[in-house]
Amino acid sequence: MQMDQKFTDTTWPAAPEKATLEGKNKYLGFWLFLGGETVLFASLFATYLALKDKVPNADAALAKDIFDLPLTFVATMLLLTSSLTSVYAMYHMKNHDFKRMQAWLVVTVLLGAGFLGLEIYEFNHYVHEFHHTFTSSAFGSAFYTLVGFHGAHVAFGLLWITSLMLRNAGRGLNLYNAPKFYVASLYWHFIDVVWVFIFTVVYLMGMVG
Amino acid sequence: MSTYAKKQGFGATLWDYLTTVDHKKIAILYLIAGGVFFVLGGLEAMFIRIQLAIPNNDFVSAGFYNEILTMHGTTMIFLAAMPLVFAMMNAVVPLQIGARDVAFPFLNSLGFWLFFFGGLFLNLSWFMGGAPDAGWTSYASLSLHSPGHGVDFYILGLQISGLGTLIAGINFLATIINMRTPGMTYMRMPLFTWSTFVVSALILFAFPPLTVGLVLLMFDRMFGSNFFDVAAGGNTIIWEHLFWIFGHPEVYILILPAFGIFSEILATFSRKRLFGYSSMVFATVLIGFLGFMVWAHHMFTVGLGPIANAIFAVATMAIAVPTGIKIFNWLLTMWGGSVKFTVPMLYAVAFIPSFTMGGVTGIMNAVAPADYIFHDTYFVVAHFHYVIVGGVVFGLLAGVTFYWPKMFGTMLNETLGKISFWTFLIGFHLTFFIQHFLGLMGMPRRIFTFLDNQGLNTGNMISTVGAFFMAFAVIVLVINIIITSVKNVKVGNDPWGDGRTLEWAISSPPPYYNFKQLPLVRGLDAYWVEKMDGKTEMTPAEPLGDIHMPNSSILPLTTSLGLFVAAFGALYNMDDDKTWTVPVIIIGLLITLGSMLIRSIKDDHGYHIHKEELTDDHDKGVKA
Repeated sequence: MQMDQKFTDTTWPAAPEKATLEGKNKYLGFWLFLGGETVLFASLFATYLALKDKVPNADAALAKDIFDLPLTFVATMLLLTSSLTSVYAMYHMKNHDFKRMQAWLVVTVLLGAGFLGLEIYEFNHYVHEFHHTFTSSAFGSAFYTLVGFHGAHVAFGLLWITSLMLRNAGRGLNLYNAPKFYVASLYWHFIDVVWVFIFTVVYLMGMVG
Repeated sequence: MSTYAKKQGFGATLWDYLTTVDHKKIAILYLIAGGVFFVLGGLEAMFIRIQLAIPNNDFVSAGFYNEILTMHGTTMIFLAAMPLVFAMMNAVVPLQIGARDVAFPFLNSLGFWLFFFGGLFLNLSWFMGGAPDAGWTSYASLSLHSPGHGVDFYILGLQISGLGTLIAGINFLATIINMRTPGMTYMRMPLFTWSTFVVSALILFAFPPLTVGLVLLMFDRMFGSNFFDVAAGGNTIIWEHLFWIFGHPEVYILILPAFGIFSEILATFSRKRLFGYSSMVFATVLIGFLGFMVWAHHMFTVGLGPIANAIFAVATMAIAVPTGIKIFNWLLTMWGGSVKFTVPMLYAVAFIPSFTMGGVTGIMNAVAPADYIFHDTYFVVAHFHYVIVGGVVFGLLAGVTFYWPKMFGTMLNETLGKISFWTFLIGFHLTFFIQHFLGLMGMPRRIFTFLDNQGLNTGNMISTVGAFFMAFAVIVLVINIIITSVKNVKVGNDPWGDGRTLEWAISSPPPYYNFKQLPLVRGLDAYWVEKMDGKTEMTPAEPLGDIHMPNSSILPLTTSLGLFVAAFGALYNMDDDKTWTVPVIIIGLLITLGSMLIRSIKDDHGYHIHKEELTDDHDKGVKA
């Protein structure tokens, strides 16, 4: 089968991301990679929990002092919605509707960028209002590392999805790029799941002390 | 290999290897790089043994001794044993499952180059202000206070090479799940493939904690964070946990492939199918699973409390059960077999008692109260060298000898091989057996010298003599390799005569597409099944057709090179007097991210070998 073969709506396979051996390998390999990423974040969560509120002196900021739930709630909603819109994009990918897929991916990227913007604002706020910095305490180091790792994943995901959209803008879907879009959306869901845990473990558990 | 290989000049051959995505060539790259690091690590071991030969020795200084000791451990584990294991996996696993290549040939190459540049970076520390000196475990309480850049080389070098290992692990998992030939069910997979499968899963889940640990240590040393700084609320025990959550599975990552190699060798040269195949598979999986449950047995003396210590002690002892199953299965494989004592078989036979001794001292160490006495003495040094040398190194020496004809198309000399084997076996026991007693007499590990009249003189001298025997064995092995390569007597498909699995059904070395037609597997030990039916080759599972092949690429090398460059910038960034560091980091990352972007946007469909070209190959004996 030619990888860049042209498809119509009727010849497009039901699971285009797994229709070729290369696609099947990518699909499986990426799930495995996410397994490794899970352990990576688990290690960061464990470190955070061990160092939560561990500060050098009584003046240093603690979790219950700094977090602002309304702001985090808005950020959470943005990211959760972006996960939903990436599902819409994949729905259209499976229906061989390239234009709608691209449109939903644009929405996904915009929501992701909004989340990232809020996170940058939030970090800036903590540094200037509470002198809660990366170097101020073990708590600060653990907080910025865990949440920052997630933020870096979001930033990488934005670059990835954007470059996929730009690269394929002129040529539509085929069995070569369908798995690429699919694993990028898997990655985006993964980022979303990690955030659900961050929201719970860092922010909600932080608010209650 | 073929006529076109002979036409190539040196430059073309070099370019071929720099850009190759062929698992067989990547195996050779891993073998060469791992072999060089093995000799380097061995040299460091000789420095250690010479220094400790006599009391109050001043062959090396105390500070230099710390560097040698750290680099010996780090090099042997990460840069010698790991890549040599990967050399075996790359050379054998795709052939054993009847695949034309691994699932991700490009990533396979990337994994190698990341390992290579990481290892190179770490070893450049010798010439750039001193090597790491905080031990291969690099406990934060030591490494945070290590002056100079040694520990930074450790952090960045291992980070880069660890990334390569993770990629290789994912690759083998996907390969074994997706690329098996028709009829190759999971319970027909050769034991080496099974152990590679389990080990790859261990790599996938064990390396991320190391990545995180190294990141935290890097942040503490280079960017002023406080993870391990107790004064700012930090906790150095976090490093120990993260390191051993990686570090304990790591020892199974090394030993399980050796178990797999021995299972192949013992069945081949006993000319019997492996005894208890399904229990061997079960034991391999169980060891892999339990390997994650026992990390805190390295930390019994930290003070985690009696309950934690008891749980981890019991879990550790439980590992003896599946390991015991394996030992008895190997013995019973030989029982009643028509045993042929070739060099690989000698290593396999010697491995069983040697490794069992290491296992028994392992159980002794697992007894938490007793470990308070053994901890940080030469008893522990003796224990882990019995399992790592007596298990992993024996396994690799056996595996390299066994698969040499499949990788290079020529046999290593048996007589020289036997000289190597006997001197290595004697030297090994001479070096490490006595260390049990040195440890029980109270000699602590990681000391650069000892006093006279403490009863330690004779033991240490014996140990040093043994080390020279092992060095001699390795020199003979190198001579053997050179002589064999110069003579280059070509051999056929199945040079040992008793090959059981698919790799022995095709030519040595195999053609670059491995199988002209994918073979049909009709049972465990697929090739043996065909032999017993009076056939000389495998039944094809598909008609002759075009073969899809991946393109070569230089991008894996440039991607890794970028990280190598950036690492220099990051390393010197903490010095206030250097202004060039940030640009170097940026240039390095641009090379890496640029290579990744090119890989992402440039279509790479591979190419096809047409079946007409394949039929012309008929006389080369490459039929499946």
